[in-house]
Amino acid sequence: MRRKLPRGAYGLSGLALVAALTSGCLGQEQGSEPGKNEDAKEFTLTIASNAIKGGKNAEGAAWIEDWVIPRFVEAQKRKGVKATVKFQPSGVDDENYKSKISLDMQSGKGADVLDVDGIWIGELAESGYIKPLDDIVGKDKVAAWDGWEQIPESVQQNGSYQNKRYGIPAGTDGRVIFFNKSVFKKAGLPDDWQPTSWDQILDAGRTVKRKLPGVVPIQLNAGTAMGEATTMQGFLPLLAGVGGQVHTDGKWLGASDQIHQVLRFYHQIYSGKLGDPVLQKEAKGRDRSFQLFAEGKVAMLLEGDYFWRSVVEPTQGIAPMKNRDSEVGYALIPASEPGGGIRGQDFVSMSGGGARVINPKTDFPQQAWELLQFMNSAEATKAQLGGGARITHRQDVNAEVLRNDPMLTFVSERVLPLTAFRPGLAEYPEVSLVLQEATLAVVDGTSPEDAAADYQAKLEKIVGGKDNVTSG
Amino acid sequence: MAVPDGTAAGPATREAPAAPGEPSAHPAPGADPVVGGSADADVIGLGRARAIGFVAPAMLLIGVFLLFPALWTLYIGATDFELTGPTARHPDVIWLDNYVRALTDPTFYNSLWLTLLFVLGSAVIGQNALGFALAWSLRGVVGWLRRTVETLVLLAWILPSSVVAFLWIAMLDRGEGTVNALLGTEGFAWLIDYPMVSIVVFNIWRGTAFSMLLYGAALAAVPPSHLETARLAGSSGRQTLRDVVFPHIRGHVLTNTLLITLWTFNDFTPFLITAGGPGRDSEIVAAYIYNTALVAGDMGYSGAISLLVLIVNLALALLYLRMLRRRGVRREAA
Repeated sequence: MRRKLPRGAYGLSGLALVAALTSGCLGQEQGSEPGKNEDAKEFTLTIASNAIKGGKNAEGAAWIEDWVIPRFVEAQKRKGVKATVKFQPSGVDDENYKSKISLDMQSGKGADVLDVDGIWIGELAESGYIKPLDDIVGKDKVAAWDGWEQIPESVQQNGSYQNKRYGIPAGTDGRVIFFNKSVFKKAGLPDDWQPTSWDQILDAGRTVKRKLPGVVPIQLNAGTAMGEATTMQGFLPLLAGVGGQVHTDGKWLGASDQIHQVLRFYHQIYSGKLGDPVLQKEAKGRDRSFQLFAEGKVAMLLEGDYFWRSVVEPTQGIAPMKNRDSEVGYALIPASEPGGGIRGQDFVSMSGGGARVINPKTDFPQQAWELLQFMNSAEATKAQLGGGARITHRQDVNAEVLRNDPMLTFVSERVLPLTAFRPGLAEYPEVSLVLQEATLAVVDGTSPEDAAADYQAKLEKIVGGKDNVTSG
Repeated sequence: MAVPDGTAAGPATREAPAAPGEPSAHPAPGADPVVGGSADADVIGLGRARAIGFVAPAMLLIGVFLLFPALWTLYIGATDFELTGPTARHPDVIWLDNYVRALTDPTFYNSLWLTLLFVLGSAVIGQNALGFALAWSLRGVVGWLRRTVETLVLLAWILPSSVVAFLWIAMLDRGEGTVNALLGTEGFAWLIDYPMVSIVVFNIWRGTAFSMLLYGAALAAVPPSHLETARLAGSSGRQTLRDVVFPHIRGHVLTNTLLITLWTFNDFTPFLITAGGPGRDSEIVAAYIYNTALVAGDMGYSGAISLLVLIVNLALALLYLRMLRRRGVRREAA
């Protein structure tokens, strides 16, 4: 008998708990109150970013901890308000960071101001995790910020979804082919190399392979382990190079001729031993490829200007190259053949960029908005560069700082006019994943045709059937 | 991710109330007593209300940390809830769709198959054999040698998973790994070319300590006189093991095998080494659930899979309890 009673009791209490907790626990929603705690004399805010001192985006973490926080707190103190601002660092792959902040926001918590990739905005908005700034802080307050006019329309898209502003964009970037000049020299290739077709890339790769055994000629990101880096640095620039875009006129691109061409290029590189298939599958393959490039064991590498600013950067980079400025060359990514790119271009690129959003669950919406404006002021943006340069979201700052850096001037003057953006749609991350899987299959030896057919089947499942897919 | 923890604790908590003097107190332990005769069964004289009061805190903990997560998983598994996207905001109940999908999904069967290989290779065969071999060869050894070997084996067991995983990644590294340096196989990618072999070997190394300790204790219980008799009768080492030692430790072998099977089945550490990759080549069930839930964001589907895994765990736990009981009865009879 001793055993019988409790069993019933615990069953009942369990059921009661479930009944109490499950009613409307998944997917609940609340209205926003822009005026909440507006006049608080004391408040606490948290900033989350995928940056950490001594690791990923170290300079971004240092900027937040050593510049933004002390100065913002000081400015509040002068107003007689006691502000406490904390920094929640991360130093992980972007996908893991997204999972982390999504889980935080799903449970109704999370930092007050969050760094996100612009491409997640649609997905997070559809989830109800983020809301338009107008709803969180009030329309007039948002419109009153003088910074908007410094941000070009195309860059503002990085923080918007369906024509609503969800956050303030944080700069933009462009993709190029980086090459190691000393490796090129040893292989007898010019140090002002600029291919004008895919064949010329392959030719250069073959030359490197012939003359310098042990050097990986081309690092073209592939596979799922690299995550979005495969899509953004590999698949999409190539797709743009055959005149394709993954989403046009409301439809997603199926297994078209263009997809076949891109996958065939992957096949040429990886079956022809011009790339290292194992590197694409390793859990830390991308970081390794950076390291190998810095050591002169990778000749060409497709990357964004992030690579220049944060990877091979001589002092704070994760794979620093002391003589970066003289050793690292960069070239525009050519279309498959001249005039073959999107809009009939000879060269192509892809751009993205982050944004900072406010968590709708914040207890201090007005103070969070103040912090956000502070972080995006011209002064703060300049401080973030810390003497270095990057293409910021503010034109007034760009005009001043880009002069100092030839590579970023190159990106802003030569690459950005050619560039294209990813579709900011909620389905995009899943489509991106199946594109990565298609490249992985090709690297593993599947024929480009089979990989494309498999992509088509998976794509139809994701976007809701054949009707939303075009064949090119 | 409540499932592995919840079920791992399952056998222990369920075993506890039944264990003390169970075979003698209840003539038929499996059958439930008839409701209604409370006065007769109330040996201690607490009364029903006070009895409930005594067990309530424990039951509340079990309810909150075991039962509720299981029911919650059941609920999530019946929805199309995702971590992000429109269904994160408005999940619909889709009843058994997730289960139908799981049972027709080749990637799920792939993960079950890999888990089977992992459990058989690393626990049932690997840890068992190595643990017994260590215990057997150490049985007559005392002093520093025994202490050193035991410490080293135990160290592998008690170090935190993340630390150990990091060490193994470094050791098996393609470029500068210790293994490649020792074998002279520069550039060989163990974790890419042999991911399953790598995590099986890893788990044998990691978990052998338990088997070694358990068999060590079991072997100490083999009467020395039996061994001596066997020796005088001229039996070989193998014959002694088979005919003298094994009959004594048969129960321990069963217990050990079942326990390490349960643990290994739910072990998440291999994820820290290979993340289930490359592709899905080492995606054992624990990694599969994690990848489905948190990387792909497919919460509803992973909830359904978790529940299926929970059922497998319960079956293993029941098997274990049943064997314990049978042993208890046998010992009572002896």
